[in-house]
Amino acid sequence: MSFLTSLINGISLGSVYAIIALGYTMVYGIAKMLNFAHGDVIMVGAYMCFCAMNYWGLPPIVGILVAIAVCTVLGIVIEKLAYKPLRQASSLAVLITAIGVSYFLQNAALLIFSANQKSFPSVVNLPNVTLFGGRLSVTAIAIATVVTSAVIMVALTLFVSKSKTGKAMRAVSEDKEAAQLMGINVNGTISVTFAIGSGLAAIAGVLYLSAYPNLVPTTGSMPGIKAFTAAVFGGIGSIPGAMLGGILLGVIEILGKAYISSQLSDAIVFAVLIIVLLIKPTGLLGKKISEKV
Amino acid sequence: MKKLSRNAKSNAVTYAIVVAFFVVMTVLSSTGHLSNSLTGQLIPICVYICMAVSLNLTVGILGELSLGHAGFMSVGAFSGVIVAMSLQSAISSGPVRLILAILVGAIMAAVVGVLVGVPVLRLRGDYLAIVTLAFGEIIKNIINNLYVGYDANGLHIRLLRVLPKTELTDGFLIINGPQGATGITKLSTFPAGILLVLFTLFVVLNLIQSRSGRAIMAIRDNRIAAESVGINITKYKLMAFVVSAALAGMAGALYAMNFTGVAATKFDFNTSILVLVFVVLGGMGNIRGSIIAAAILYTLPELLRAVNDYRMLFYAIVLIVVMLVTNNPTMKAGLAAVGTALKGVFMKTVPVPEEGGDGDE
Repeated sequence: MSFLTSLINGISLGSVYAIIALGYTMVYGIAKMLNFAHGDVIMVGAYMCFCAMNYWGLPPIVGILVAIAVCTVLGIVIEKLAYKPLRQASSLAVLITAIGVSYFLQNAALLIFSANQKSFPSVVNLPNVTLFGGRLSVTAIAIATVVTSAVIMVALTLFVSKSKTGKAMRAVSEDKEAAQLMGINVNGTISVTFAIGSGLAAIAGVLYLSAYPNLVPTTGSMPGIKAFTAAVFGGIGSIPGAMLGGILLGVIEILGKAYISSQLSDAIVFAVLIIVLLIKPTGLLGKKISEKV
Repeated sequence: MKKLSRNAKSNAVTYAIVVAFFVVMTVLSSTGHLSNSLTGQLIPICVYICMAVSLNLTVGILGELSLGHAGFMSVGAFSGVIVAMSLQSAISSGPVRLILAILVGAIMAAVVGVLVGVPVLRLRGDYLAIVTLAFGEIIKNIINNLYVGYDANGLHIRLLRVLPKTELTDGFLIINGPQGATGITKLSTFPAGILLVLFTLFVVLNLIQSRSGRAIMAIRDNRIAAESVGINITKYKLMAFVVSAALAGMAGALYAMNFTGVAATKFDFNTSILVLVFVVLGGMGNIRGSIIAAAILYTLPELLRAVNDYRMLFYAIVLIVVMLVTNNPTMKAGLAAVGTALKGVFMKTVPVPEEGGDGDE
């Protein structure tokens, strides 16, 4: 039964990674850039929710909405100020700018909230769910995380495949110039992508912190790196790939912690990633890119 | 021949900058014009210059994004510490131990460089970048759980299991898991740091200007074209990658010997990124640029002490603004106009040779 508990915890953590990875992969698909500041948007979302609940005494659901609203706006502002002027620049220049944005967010949070660790109150205050006469115990937040993520993934898949904006996003990621010729507002579409990605990061932040409640200005880095890894694992640019990669990564991490070594769990996660990439160099569901001579 | 002498001249200027930096800093610190905190940073500056120059070999010259450079630094640092501490009684001379530590650091980092490089270099672009990141994290994770002790029976190395001091007969712990290496005798000096910078420059500049270096740059510019003229892609990629790793290992050993204690978490993803920022801001493939960017950016937070709490925020803003100004076409054109105007004032304008003229003859 402990295996089942670990598995559910793994899927729960993996769902959080998947939601963050979706932000990475969508932005990569459309803007061809690695948005290193994405991890810190998670942290901003978590702080916003924390403030709403602890200082302003708002109920958790309002806290989550505040976090989503702030992060969505933040995502659009970051894109407009820091990334849009670099549309034509080399990808490495954009990467360094994203690192600058990441430093900025972390240090701004450090000034506002100080380095003192804050204990994040869980947004789901329900007792653990016990099954099979108490032999299987799962925290309510783990179940809430899995359910929320499933809803988000289904909604996002429908949005991208069916809605007009979603189609525009796919068109822009396929070929920016051709999309523009078809009358698609490329800049607007990129803004929407950043908005969705950052909004998802806010939700992920709240869910992650509810399970692992240590809130500091650098909270976002590690889940950010893991989610980035998950996005590459699944094949960067691919939305189903990010979901699959995220969940697998979470399961590997928790099972590795439980059965192999708790201290080396990070090494295990990254070793699996390396092996997968050596066998499938463009990730699990990534498109194979053929080179033109 | 003209091309060759131009290279030699350019190299001489680069070495001269480093020597001038050394002379100015030595004079300043001996006359007491250098603040204590800045004096303490002289060796780390040398270390980060070496790191930036060596990473430039991978990122700028080979053209592959590496996000795990600090991993090689870490390998060099800890293997260097092990050598220096276990030879403490055998070799009394500090400089000799430092040299041995740096050499072993380089060898170990090179070995890890080969192990990492063989699988990694099969991948491309962002996938390669993420795997170097992954290797950096794995190295950090493993060293974080490594326990090394030294006594009359030699070295005791353990992974994951704590090595209690009582198990050592009249010995001492060198690496104690997450606490890292402690009780290091400080061996690094500023002149040693400058010598290492000069050595790193010597290796990298000579490699770039050699036949191998031209092959490496050919791979960067067009892999398929390079392959079709018979350049062995794997060999030259691996050569650049391993040399870069070995030089990072040397820098790591020098870095560790500058402190009494050093932990594996120091060499994390953020350190790799810090060095990458130096390389990109200094100019990809521009060695002199890497030196200047590393020296200035490493001391920038120190110089921004006036604004104290806000200094890292300023650092971030400076980083973003510099990237925007140097990479945005509109802002770049404005900057170029200012640059030409300044050039007209201060020096003779160099005529730009016309492109594609000599091919038809």
